Amino acid sequence: MSNTDKKEQTSTHKIGIYLWIWGLLFVLSFFSYMVDWYQFQGMLRWSLILFFMFLKAGLIMAFFMHLFWERYALVNVLLWPMTAIACFIFLMVAEFKYTLFTRLFYFFVGG
Amino acid sequence: MSEPKIEGIELKPGFKGMAEDTGSDQTMFKGVHWGKAMMWIFLLSDTFIFSCFLIAYMKGRGSTPVEWPNPSEVFALDAFGVPVPLLLIAIMTFVLITSSGTMALAVKYGYEKNRKMCGWLVLATAIGGLTFVGMQAFEWSKLIHEGVRPWENPFGAAQFGSFFFMITGFHGTHVSIGVIFLFIYAYKVFAGHYDQQKRGWFTSMKGDYVEIEILGLYWHFVDLVWVFIFAFFYLW
Repeated sequence: MSNTDKKEQTSTHKIGIYLWIWGLLFVLSFFSYMVDWYQFQGMLRWSLILFFMFLKAGLIMAFFMHLFWERYALVNVLLWPMTAIACFIFLMVAEFKYTLFTRLFYFFVGG
Repeated sequence: MSEPKIEGIELKPGFKGMAEDTGSDQTMFKGVHWGKAMMWIFLLSDTFIFSCFLIAYMKGRGSTPVEWPNPSEVFALDAFGVPVPLLLIAIMTFVLITSSGTMALAVKYGYEKNRKMCGWLVLATAIGGLTFVGMQAFEWSKLIHEGVRPWENPFGAAQFGSFFFMITGFHGTHVSIGVIFLFIYAYKVFAGHYDQQKRGWFTSMKGDYVEIEILGLYWHFVDLVWVFIFAFFYLW
C-alpha cells in the first residue's frame, strides 16, 4: 500500500502552480481585451494579439494539459504536426492575395 | 503522469528518451493511459478541423474587396446606455478560463482521490460551460435579430456571417458536448465509480480517476480553441 501511495504522490502537482497559471491566464486575457479597449491599430495590434494568444495557449497546454511534464515521445507527436498547419497558413496567405488581386482587377479594372 | 516507472526498462529523459521510447518495440507512450493517448490523438485531429475553419476564414476575409465588419462594433453591448466593445465576449472568455481552472484543480484532486472536492470542481466546470453556452445563444439571437445571416449582414462583407456561425457554432457544439459529459462525470465521481473501480458505460475498462484527466484534456482543448477564436475572430 505504501508503494502505491508513493506512486500517487509523484503524479500530482502542488496546487500553487495551478493557481498561478490560472491567475496568469486571467491577467493575459485582460491584457488582450485591453488591446481592443484602447483601439491599438496596425502592426502593434496584431503583434500584441498574437503575443498574448500564444502565451495563453502555451500556458494552457504546458500546465493545464500537463504537456510540460509529459515525455518527449508524446509531446513531439503532438507538436510537430503543427508545422503542417503553418505551411497551410503560408500557402493560403499567398492564395488570398492572388484572389484579391484578380477580384480587384476584373471587378474594377475590367480585365 | 510525470515520471512513469516501468519494471525492467530504464526510461531516459529528453530526446534520447524519445528515440528509445519510439524504437522500443512496444508501447510508445510510456506511462500514458491508452485512453489519454487516444484523447490526445483525437484532439490533434480536432486541431486540424479548427485550423481549417480559421484558415478558411483568413482566406475569405483577406480576399474580399468589400470592407470587413468591425468586430468591436458588431459585438459591442450596451451597458447602462453606453456601448462597450466586446463586453459579452470578454465575459465569455473569463467564464471559460474560470471553468478551465476549476477543471485543472478537479484533475489534481482526482489524482489525490479526494472524491468530494473533485466532484464539486467538475460540477463547477459544468456550470461554467453551461453559462458560456447560454451567453453564446444570447449572442447568436442578438446578431440574428440585427439581420446577420450566413449569406448577408448589414455591417459589411457578406462572408462575415457564414464564418461567424460556422466557427463559433462548431466551438459551441464542442462546449455543449463537453457540458453533457461533465455532468455525467460529476455524477460518476460523486457516486464513487472511480473509487470502486466500477466499469464504465462507454468502455468496459475499470473506473479510474485518469478518466477525469482525459475529460480535462478535452475541456482545456475547448478553452484553447476559444483563445484562438477570440484572437482571430473577435480582436483581429
